[in-house]
Amino acid sequence: MVDLINVSYDTQIPNNVGLSQDRRVLKALEKWHPGYLNWWGKLIPQNFQDNMVYLRTAVSVDPKGWAKFGYVKMPDYRWGVLLAPQVEDRRIPFGEHAGQPAWQEVPGEYRNMLKRLIVIQGDTEPGSVEQQRFLGLTAPSLYDMRNLFQVNVEEGRHLWAMVYLLHKYFGKDGREEADDLLRRQSGSQEAPRMLGAFNEETPDWLSFFMFTYFTDRDGKMQLESLAQSGFDPLSRTCRFMLTEEAHHMFVGETGVGRVVQRTCDAMAAAGLSDPSEIGKVRDLGVIDLPTIQKKLNLHYSLSLDLFGQEVSTNAANAFNAGIKGRYMENRIDDDHRLTHATYKVRNIVGGQIAEEEVPALTAINMRLRDDYIRDAAGGVGRWNKIIEKSGIPFQLELPHEAFHRQIGVFSAIKASPAGDILSEAQWSANRDAWLPSKADGDYIQSLMVPCYEPGQYASWIAPPKVGIDGKPGEFEYVQIHHA
Amino acid sequence: MDSPLKQHLIDPEICIRCYTCEMTCPLGAIEHDDNNVVVDAGKCNFCMDCIPVCPTGSIDEWRVVATPYSLEEQFRWEELPEQGEVTVSETAGAAPSGKAADDPIAALLAEAHRGAGGKARAPASASKPTVNLYNLGNPIEAVVQGNYRLTAEGSGVDVRHIILDFQGKPFPVLEGQSIGIIAPGADANGKPHLPRLYSVSSPRDGERPGYHNVSLTIKRDDHGLCSNYACDLQKGDKVKVTGPFGATFLLPNDPDARLLMVCTGTGSAPMRAFTMARQRTVGKKSGGMVMFFGARTPDSLPYFGPLNKVASSLLQKHLVFSRMPSQGKEYVQDRMRTEEDVVAEMLQDSNTHIYICGVKAMEDGVERAFTNIAESIGHQWRNLRDGMRDEGRYHVETY
Repeated sequence: MVDLINVSYDTQIPNNVGLSQDRRVLKALEKWHPGYLNWWGKLIPQNFQDNMVYLRTAVSVDPKGWAKFGYVKMPDYRWGVLLAPQVEDRRIPFGEHAGQPAWQEVPGEYRNMLKRLIVIQGDTEPGSVEQQRFLGLTAPSLYDMRNLFQVNVEEGRHLWAMVYLLHKYFGKDGREEADDLLRRQSGSQEAPRMLGAFNEETPDWLSFFMFTYFTDRDGKMQLESLAQSGFDPLSRTCRFMLTEEAHHMFVGETGVGRVVQRTCDAMAAAGLSDPSEIGKVRDLGVIDLPTIQKKLNLHYSLSLDLFGQEVSTNAANAFNAGIKGRYMENRIDDDHRLTHATYKVRNIVGGQIAEEEVPALTAINMRLRDDYIRDAAGGVGRWNKIIEKSGIPFQLELPHEAFHRQIGVFSAIKASPAGDILSEAQWSANRDAWLPSKADGDYIQSLMVPCYEPGQYASWIAPPKVGIDGKPGEFEYVQIHHA
Repeated sequence: MDSPLKQHLIDPEICIRCYTCEMTCPLGAIEHDDNNVVVDAGKCNFCMDCIPVCPTGSIDEWRVVATPYSLEEQFRWEELPEQGEVTVSETAGAAPSGKAADDPIAALLAEAHRGAGGKARAPASASKPTVNLYNLGNPIEAVVQGNYRLTAEGSGVDVRHIILDFQGKPFPVLEGQSIGIIAPGADANGKPHLPRLYSVSSPRDGERPGYHNVSLTIKRDDHGLCSNYACDLQKGDKVKVTGPFGATFLLPNDPDARLLMVCTGTGSAPMRAFTMARQRTVGKKSGGMVMFFGARTPDSLPYFGPLNKVASSLLQKHLVFSRMPSQGKEYVQDRMRTEEDVVAEMLQDSNTHIYICGVKAMEDGVERAFTNIAESIGHQWRNLRDGMRDEGRYHVETY
């Protein structure tokens, strides 16, 4: 009997899918495995590979067993194939097949569509690890370094999750796609990652926090809508990935929050209350609030691009086919078919940004993006509470959806953060006021000096309010001095 | 009935609204609005499924309340309210509906703490304890996971290490607290036996980290009804438990706090809990702990083997024996005098917390040793002690 809750270690690949009894897939994965280890080994600087890192590992997929903490060397991390438990008699929740039993095998007519969605999702996972590979060298604390590595190993595991689906359900094509996931490289000229945001640099820790807050949140929304899928193995994979993804949201939200906190504290201690006195604030060794806003503008706008075209027949087809649902589909109270429903999207009409009603089916991407914007706004509100408590007259804001876009209807125009359409000249004149300039980047880079003493934090970031796994402040999250 | 209820809450200042808990809860007890994620006290059955899935630690919050906070109240919160008076009231009759059976327990603890010479206070940085969660009218059932003899067969002393598991039900206990064991059956008047108190010897996260099981260190008293019952328990047996009790003899969370621990026999139970808690939190950093531990012989000293494996950098150990055939009798107070410099240096450090636990008979000797050592550095012991006690740094529990 295959144990579908506890992780089995009877093969080289920890899993809860009975791999030892599935020789074909096991063989394929074992063939892929060395390439993965090689990719990981070349990626993370060698000294960190030898460090003991306080990581969590899942030993089962039920709530009791999925977060076991302990010191691990990253190359020994138990990457594996973990699917949430199967729900008995699960039905396809939406689209034209709504109500029929969920597919346990790939439905032939949707094979390519499914494969493409899995490959796109899979491509983002190693991409982000590649973008973040050098951040350990400038970690502002051992706590942050540990969080970075936790995010990295879990992205690595998410890659495993997608590769399993490709190997298990897509035969030779699937194996080739899985190999390509290791061939493409973030930022590469010849073989870049598939989505733009995953080819951008993550040059500093504020970018990392913004990335985990904004870009990983897109990942969360995508996973949530794939977790609704009528293809049950995909749904179960994504459901389990979501529990891990929550940690990435946490790193982003608290990371930016701690940067804001530190800036406010330093300004208060120095008697500064005008956030626009950038030079004076920077003299304190912290990141001024307007620069934090610029970083936010950049990462938020790049992340909006990940949702694709506002009106998309691909998205409509995937929904109609029962392959990719809406965010929290199971909590939406409608017919889950959307045959006659409409949805409001913003478009450029006669040189103005205006709202239009379009068939809801074609606006699936837009709906997910709106859900994303709502979700992302929550943390911004909490950051603003930190600023408000310190009495500094400043508020962080999400820019308008038309601002700085490369994909979708707004990529054709230039717009201000407030959503006013601008000429090229107006845009160029103001660009550096809205997005990080080279000088801003240089300043932040100058702050990126490592702080490796337990319980100590770099000048520009406040300590966390609570430790990981309830650990106290002095806890040595990465045993960097023992390597 | 409005007996105090332990309510599960989420800290809105730490929570990032990822809703993972909400998606995990099998009962739908967790919900959210635009402001907060909240737990419905009427639905939560303490299954704890939501605790490990939370990435922030914001969900492991508990308050003992007379009336649960409503969902509407929780939705409005910007921060978590402090624990109200309900938990810390250890004195008899503080809660109008308090069970009569709790009164003897408060009296017992007050008697045990009398040696401190005044009103005991918890260390400033101690965690807020939960007390009286379960009582005689509403005990919790624990299952025995193990019962191990700690002392040698021929030593003439039978001390047991007994591990209890609460089957996933909440039993939040801190190091230094006690729990009550109810022996089955009835007394001569046909009334159920009152609980006997035993100090826990495991740290707050469990004998095994994260398992929240509890260990006790119990010495068999030939005429003791409850100790015989407890020492004879077998793996798998079910035991009725009350508590936790005690709100002052607690471990400071401050990593810089230093501990001076003086104990005899099973008085080592809380010291073991403190040591393990520190071992788990400070890692390889110095634990700043010094222990004077007395027994008759090594084979009657509970945890003799494991104690010797604890690194001296974490815990400086002085194991003292009063019945060694080839040596004169030595008691803890004698060794404290021998190690006068160590004790004196700690007495002068405002980070030092003193814990004394064991038989009542040890009090006088230890008190005299402290008096001498304090004098040698120009302090009057009574003043020093009272000052430390008022700051929550001097703790006595003797029986």
